[in-house]
Amino acid sequence: MNKMFAKLIAFFLLVSAVVIGLWFAGGLPGFGQDKGKSSSVLVGAPQIGGPFSLVNHKGERVTDEDYKGKLLLIFFGFANCPDVCPTEMQTISLAIEELGDQAGEVVPIFITVDPARDTPEAMADFVAAFHPSLVGLTGSEEEISDVKKKYRVYGQKQEGGDPDYYLVDHTSFTYLMGRDGELITVFSFGVPAEEIAAKIREQL
Amino acid sequence: MKYIKALPLVLLAIMVVVNAESDKFASHAAEVNGMAVTEAWARERPANAMMGGAFLTLKNSEGETDRLVAASSPVADKVEIHNSVMKEGVMSMMHMEELVIEPGETVMLKPGGFHIMLMGLKKPLTKGSEFPLTLTFARAGAITVPVHVKDAGNMGMHKHE
Repeated sequence: MNKMFAKLIAFFLLVSAVVIGLWFAGGLPGFGQDKGKSSSVLVGAPQIGGPFSLVNHKGERVTDEDYKGKLLLIFFGFANCPDVCPTEMQTISLAIEELGDQAGEVVPIFITVDPARDTPEAMADFVAAFHPSLVGLTGSEEEISDVKKKYRVYGQKQEGGDPDYYLVDHTSFTYLMGRDGELITVFSFGVPAEEIAAKIREQL
Repeated sequence: MKYIKALPLVLLAIMVVVNAESDKFASHAAEVNGMAVTEAWARERPANAMMGGAFLTLKNSEGETDRLVAASSPVADKVEIHNSVMKEGVMSMMHMEELVIEPGETVMLKPGGFHIMLMGLKKPLTKGSEFPLTLTFARAGAITVPVHVKDAGNMGMHKHE
């Protein structure tokens, strides 16, 4: 009986090992994985990031070049979003606070997926409620769809709802980008501020 | 009996204390027909915001299932029950026709989950203010509760208050 049991366990261990092996080899998405500082691309992992030209919440045109040398913490959302976006903005603000004197090394950025409604003024009102260093970026439909593509962001107006008060489904990841615009890591929605701050600190 | 003269003073003192603690005592809560609505709050929204979210706790102390079927407020054109749903990293807010509260069950509407969606805000929701929200339940009927507006990034946890 014991022998039988041991065999059974051995069999399960083997199966688990194979499954884990397969999972690592193929199915792992790039999200949440640390690509470190190298520019090597994981097989099957989407390349995330790239140049952009957008308008900040003060109405000034900015590009990725303006942020070279800083770490970026980027979240995509929309100013009318009542639940998820304020929640994540609060987490990001807390993470920035957590960094103390080193906070200046990181620029938190909120990029809209709803440029039709999110004018620079709307963005200014939205970001003002969170952290003084938070930058709101908007742009034309084309500019926003370009940056969404580069960050593999999904953002789609809900169909069938009230056209006046439409909602936008959107990716809820927060991207930590390095000083040269390379992806360092991606945080899922709900990752605590302390964890984000700790990850940023590793890069300082 | 000789202390009776001091009674008005004592009452006054109690009133002062209660007022000072008013945020704790303030009833952002209401109970009708065994359905209690408590801790009703919303996030501050700027003047140009069209939408806002309100959060609260529902407790059904009756022996019968109840359903939240409608909501309304003078601050918004339209009020709906929504649920934030995460699917493969994409967050969607789904409109719900109703929210079921089983007998004895407590349902929390909180950030990242169920919320009351205020659509077409008629005025900015300023921090520290209050607005009325009427919830209609299939069994308990209509309950109006004052909603407390907190800061924009409030998570509804007591440590941020």
